[in-house]
Amino acid sequence: MDIIVCIKQVPDTADVKINPETNTLVREGVQSIINPFDMYAIEEGIRLKEKHGGKVIAITMGPPQAESALREAIAMGVDEAILITDRAFAGSDTYATSYTLSRAIDRIANYDLILCGKQASDGDTAQVGPGIATHLDLPQVTYVKKIVSIDEEKAVVERMTEEGYDVVEVSLPALFTVVKEINEPRPPSLRGKMRAKKVEIPRWTAEDLDVDPDKIGLKGSPTQVVKIFTPERTGEHEIIEGESPEEMADKLVEKLLPLLK
Amino acid sequence: MLKIDRNKCVGCKACVQVCPFGALHIDEEKKAVVDPAVCTLCGACVEVCKFDAMEIIREEGPRDKFEDWRGVWVFAEQKENKVQPVVFELLGKARELADKLNTYVGAVLLGENVKDQVEELIYRGADNVYLVEDSSLRHFVDEEYASILTRLIKKYRPEIVLSGATAIGRALVSRVAVQLQAGLTADCTGLDVDPETRNLLQTRPAFGGNIMATIITPRHRPQMATVRHKVFPEAKRDEARKGEVIVERVEEGDLDVRSKVLEVVKEVTSTVNLSEADIIVSGGRGLRGPENFKLLEELAEVLGAAVGASRAAVDAGWIPYSHQVGQTGKTVCPKLYIAVGISGQIQHLVGMQSSKCIVAINNDPSAPIFSVAHYGIVGDLFEVVPALTKAFKKALGK
Repeated sequence: MDIIVCIKQVPDTADVKINPETNTLVREGVQSIINPFDMYAIEEGIRLKEKHGGKVIAITMGPPQAESALREAIAMGVDEAILITDRAFAGSDTYATSYTLSRAIDRIANYDLILCGKQASDGDTAQVGPGIATHLDLPQVTYVKKIVSIDEEKAVVERMTEEGYDVVEVSLPALFTVVKEINEPRPPSLRGKMRAKKVEIPRWTAEDLDVDPDKIGLKGSPTQVVKIFTPERTGEHEIIEGESPEEMADKLVEKLLPLLK
Repeated sequence: MLKIDRNKCVGCKACVQVCPFGALHIDEEKKAVVDPAVCTLCGACVEVCKFDAMEIIREEGPRDKFEDWRGVWVFAEQKENKVQPVVFELLGKARELADKLNTYVGAVLLGENVKDQVEELIYRGADNVYLVEDSSLRHFVDEEYASILTRLIKKYRPEIVLSGATAIGRALVSRVAVQLQAGLTADCTGLDVDPETRNLLQTRPAFGGNIMATIITPRHRPQMATVRHKVFPEAKRDEARKGEVIVERVEEGDLDVRSKVLEVVKEVTSTVNLSEADIIVSGGRGLRGPENFKLLEELAEVLGAAVGASRAAVDAGWIPYSHQVGQTGKTVCPKLYIAVGISGQIQHLVGMQSSKCIVAINNDPSAPIFSVAHYGIVGDLFEVVPALTKAFKKALGK
């Protein structure tokens, strides 16, 4: 079973702090990590390969330094990696990103399954996975929390919903986006780390992908960011004081009652 | 590309500090320089520069002809033949936008047996209801639902299409937007229109709510957005309202045999549906063990609240993952969020900091949760929570 895992390099939110005076993000020294949800996609890809054979290819679209995310994926056990990078891709929204990734997947050609994380922690859109599936005209299942069974022809999976889950049967090839509940990602192995250091990671540019120039980068993005601002933290900030827990509880209830009506 | 006017730049570093991607630095001549490989053209620097030194040069992409696209549509998500509450929130907003644009509100209702829901959509502000009933629409199947919605949008040409940012909504409209080559903005918390350009101004949190971005789709129609639960108030019900029902059919090309729902499993009681909850009582590591979630459940019951949890509590196995609030769990914005024994790691804060009122109860006065809390109690949760349950019981006459 050949699997493609789409990953994204994101800033580590654990490192992002807010400067309380200016209310702006402090980004000095912020590390880049693999999007947390993509770790589950990588792990699931490796597990499926271990069980059913085949190979796992990780791809990412991003600046040249996103290569380090691919090396991390290889250290975990991914077989191959491809970096999709070109200045022409800068400023891509989810439409242009999913289009570009779908072109790269089309070039890889041989695959049974595409795995993505549910969403990226910096954009939180959850749109790129379904977007890729649509560009490739593949069926999709989002929020997959368990792969119940899978063979070359079809899979049965559990899709998380607000109320519980749906059991969905889908023919392959297909695209799944996965949630945290699906597995526990493994740490990189020593052997994997050695391989990750040495392995050559091909770089595919716009030219390699045979893309429509009107569908990539800023120009190919229907949406435009017109303003970025820091949310105002409004309202009171009050520490409720009191002699006893009961007194504090009474004071708090008094403050909150208007909200409950 | 980002153009920096070196004559205007004074090297004040404001842009360097605000850049969410670390793409800017100050060179030896004390001028800002951008690393184009890292810059995503988000525009944060343009916004913050007091000297007009930054500008984003856009090469205009192709523009649709869209002068005849009119109307504000809402995807009327239903489950078990019942329209979901988020739809009424969207209809309220859609009505407001449509009135500003002097156009109509449409609701699209797909399902097996949903005819009796049409009236309610009209009472809540829809002028037109597009109804598609078919046994194949009993459960949500991504490909079929997307095919029908895409077809209807092409036929009736609404300029705006809104959906709840639900599991179904996000999966569905992501497909539809690509099929239409339309712009789609996820998880909006603010929507407005510019009556002149008829552009939808879509405001959404980015970086887990640490910054906000306003996004437009100036060259394409429709303009599509998913909207978070509980951000907008439900539309008022008016039984005197009249509307038109337009019945459409499933066509052969809509059917997709590649996927089907075998079973729908409910595991969640009303106390867990976090995204629909008005009030959430959440617990973290401070609870010290699974048995102590009982304290929260008692408080939640008095308040009619759902019970949430931090990642620490979920990872410790004290409570199932479906309760997790935060970066790898759910993003919520209830009216009232009570955080009990939660220190407030950034991964938790990004999932709940848009809540309208936040209460923190923690014995550590330096816990970061207090920095986002509107009200805080520094104290032993094992004393404070029972006292709070009692006080609410009394105040609410229960």
